[in-house]
Amino acid sequence: MKFPAPLVRLWHRLGSPRWFFETTAPWLPWLLGLGVALLGAGAFWGLALAPADYLQGNSFRIIYVHVPSAILAQSCYMLMGSCGVVLLVWRMKLADMVLEAAAPIGASFTALALATGAVWGKPTWGTWWAWDARVTSMLILLFLYLGIMGLRQALQRPEAAGRACAILAIVGLVNIPIIKYSVDWWLTLHQPSTFKLTEKPAMPPSMWIPLLLSVLGFYALFIWSVLQSTRVVVLERERRTQWVQNFVAAEGSKA
Amino acid sequence: MHPKRRQRLTLVAFLFAGVAVAVGLALFALNENINLFYPPDQIARGEAPTDQRIRAGGMVLEGSVKRDPGSLAVRFTLSDMAGHNVPVVYEGILPDLFGEGQGIVATGRLRANGTFEATEVLAKHDENYMPPELAAMAGRKAPEGQQAGLATLDAGG
Repeated sequence: MKFPAPLVRLWHRLGSPRWFFETTAPWLPWLLGLGVALLGAGAFWGLALAPADYLQGNSFRIIYVHVPSAILAQSCYMLMGSCGVVLLVWRMKLADMVLEAAAPIGASFTALALATGAVWGKPTWGTWWAWDARVTSMLILLFLYLGIMGLRQALQRPEAAGRACAILAIVGLVNIPIIKYSVDWWLTLHQPSTFKLTEKPAMPPSMWIPLLLSVLGFYALFIWSVLQSTRVVVLERERRTQWVQNFVAAEGSKA
Repeated sequence: MHPKRRQRLTLVAFLFAGVAVAVGLALFALNENINLFYPPDQIARGEAPTDQRIRAGGMVLEGSVKRDPGSLAVRFTLSDMAGHNVPVVYEGILPDLFGEGQGIVATGRLRANGTFEATEVLAKHDENYMPPELAAMAGRKAPEGQQAGLATLDAGG
């Protein structure tokens, strides 16, 4: 298999945490600005302008937080699973750093999805919690995130901890299609997806456009926070290198 | 690709495939138990155990809701809209979204005479979202309680 030369070059550069640290620095304010703008627009449109649902009234508006956080919870896990493969096969240091940085962020999105789901479930279903396949598989995702975070803390040698986390992240990938298709494979209380790739959404544009803005805003803020938090891990782990010491000294003299 | 890396990639692929097959078989074996509720056709075929706490799910048949004027007791028919019906009796507070033509999941016991005695009724929402005006055009109506709720919200906001 032959990959285009620029991709191969990028791949080799990713091997250097220093290159990553210096390249991503200028992206951060743009990502943050974009995320805040998209999320602000999506939230205002969704909460103030979009029409109420004929059945649920205004309580459906929690969708503008619930659905993006559930999507991001799964996207973050897929990122971590991919990092696990890259770490085990190519032994790339940066992959382990992203794996460490992304876990608490993914766990937060999962917890947010579960919490907003419960808040919506009470007025809609009549209960905070149901042990149906969708809700339970999301709870398992939360435990996977917490397990990966705990495993890293539990193992003394960083290299062994990284590999163990990578294996757990890859094994847990099995849960992602289960979450996605749980509502189709089994009888659940949770409704099936409103959005399908092949069909028109079961929702008018005045409702789904703000949702789309909100999802994009969540993605921008997610990338921003993963980059930000990976940069902290880079500084921590590379603290004995000359370039980090120079960087810290330069930052120190600025302040 | 470096032979060493190719070997590691194969190992990772086997690890993932092994786990996927194991989980797949386990889920397949547990298939019936993962379903949250029994649909009306399974109950009609006698596949649901009687006198045990189970859940039954389906649609509330149009025109079947009979409320007792003196108490919170209500009876209705749970249907899969394909000819399988289960009579349900319940006494208690119903969720706001409960109504004829709506999906519900009821917890309770199936009696030998085929009646389902519910102790809890949950509303199942479907994947369709609609503004009230559009819903009116499509001929869908909100259950009594919910419409009133919307009207007061509109008046208040």
